[in-house]
Amino acid sequence: MAQPSSRLARNAPLLPVSDARDRGLVFVVATLCFLACLTTLAVLVANRATQGWTTQLQSQATVVVRPRANETPDSAAARAAEALASVSGVVEARALEKSQAEALVAPWLGDIGDLDDLPIPRLVTVELDPRSPATSKDLNRALKAQGLDALVDDHSIWTKDIARAANLARGFGIGIFVLIISAAGAVIAFATRAGLRSRRDLVEVLHLVGAQDIYIARLFQERFAQMAGWAGSLGAIGAAVIGAALRLTIDRSDLALTLPIAWGDLLALLPCPLIAALIAAVVARLTAETLIAEIT
Amino acid sequence: MATGLESIAENEEVLRFDDVSLRYGRNAETLKDLSFALQPGSFHFVTGASGAGKSSLLKLIYLGAKPSKGLIQLFGRDVSSIAPKHLPMLRRRIGVVFQDFRLLDHLSAFDNAALPLRIAGRKPDTYREDVAELLAWVGLRDRENALPSTLAGGEKQRLAIARAVVGRPDILLADEPTGNVDPEMSLKLLRLFVEMNRMGTTVLIATHDQDLVARSGKPVLHLVEGRLAPRDS
Repeated sequence: MAQPSSRLARNAPLLPVSDARDRGLVFVVATLCFLACLTTLAVLVANRATQGWTTQLQSQATVVVRPRANETPDSAAARAAEALASVSGVVEARALEKSQAEALVAPWLGDIGDLDDLPIPRLVTVELDPRSPATSKDLNRALKAQGLDALVDDHSIWTKDIARAANLARGFGIGIFVLIISAAGAVIAFATRAGLRSRRDLVEVLHLVGAQDIYIARLFQERFAQMAGWAGSLGAIGAAVIGAALRLTIDRSDLALTLPIAWGDLLALLPCPLIAALIAAVVARLTAETLIAEIT
Repeated sequence: MATGLESIAENEEVLRFDDVSLRYGRNAETLKDLSFALQPGSFHFVTGASGAGKSSLLKLIYLGAKPSKGLIQLFGRDVSSIAPKHLPMLRRRIGVVFQDFRLLDHLSAFDNAALPLRIAGRKPDTYREDVAELLAWVGLRDRENALPSTLAGGEKQRLAIARAVVGRPDILLADEPTGNVDPEMSLKLLRLFVEMNRMGTTVLIATHDQDLVARSGKPVLHLVEGRLAPRDS
């Protein structure tokens, strides 16, 4: 006969340890946590990129100056730049040279050689104070005061589009996150059901020696919460490795504006194991309570 | 509100069956019109041929099934009126030795024996010595750390008995407790049950072992096709 194992612990877990250590289950939950973490990082990066682009656009304005009949385009542009520079909230206003204005419209006109005959408007670029930028109204008022015929483009049409795209991306990211979390919850519920059904004998014995349903449900709750916490850690570590690799990559490339991931973003992955454990605990508890009530 | 934790008043019946029948699904009745009562500290055997309903009778008592007809009073309370959340407290007052032992394979003999105390919320420090002593009493002193799968049939039987009595239940039910042991061990187990009975536990043992029944001289509830009947029938 086999000798008793001296290593067998007293007060061993009532639920066999192997029940929630199925590698397939850990892999699935870890993968879902990994995807949830990547989605979180993507939303953070998208937010920062949008903010960067918007700030950049909002800190500039472009003024198209149309010269009056008795004035040359260069002089009108110079007067406009001078008027705009004195407006509160403007850091700098600079009239573009004729050649710079021509270079800007060249892509739309093609190679037509001589542009001298075309009434190409002069442009003034305005750099705004990012803390308290001048509004297009302020700029228009200053231009009118100088009797200038000009059109102010404060890029608001672009910033609105960017904000709309950012909101869409954020909503999409949150949707994906919720979907992944729901899938993780469904996997835990399925695993809890399977665990309970395969341990029906254990549930019966515990009942017969006087265990409350809630006591038995708590066994499954704790077991699956531990498993999910462990799987969540694996998923978060995986996502952190990807995030760190991206961060190191953008340090050595010109992707900073496109993919502005920060080291601090990785901190957002820290709660992942806790959230995974919490979701698993709630789902396993509810599933176990329902199923135990059905069994008994 | 009564929870099942209350102690039994003096002379209060531990168990009363009034016209109780049991039917599984749409099958014929397994138990029919049973009426009897057990006084505190009594010792009874339940006998009968295979299929007579011995295990079903015990199942009704340990609240593993509900009667299809009749009234069961346990510790003075109608079991049908007890809220499900209070049933576990009532079950803690009942020790059961199952015919198939129902030991937990992943727990050591010690942990299996200590299970009712653990479920009742006792700290390991408070029962370690008691459980070790009990295991020694049933002859499993050297098998404390063994898994049930490594135990012989008789050892499993004794472990199942240890688990049933460890919580000092008010009533002890045993289904064929001597079915897997030799006559010597059978007598030893009977002495164990008698000892429990002396300490105030009401004992009800379902058995085929007529020799054991004869030696004990204890009263018998004899079942024939689900009905209580005189022993010679």
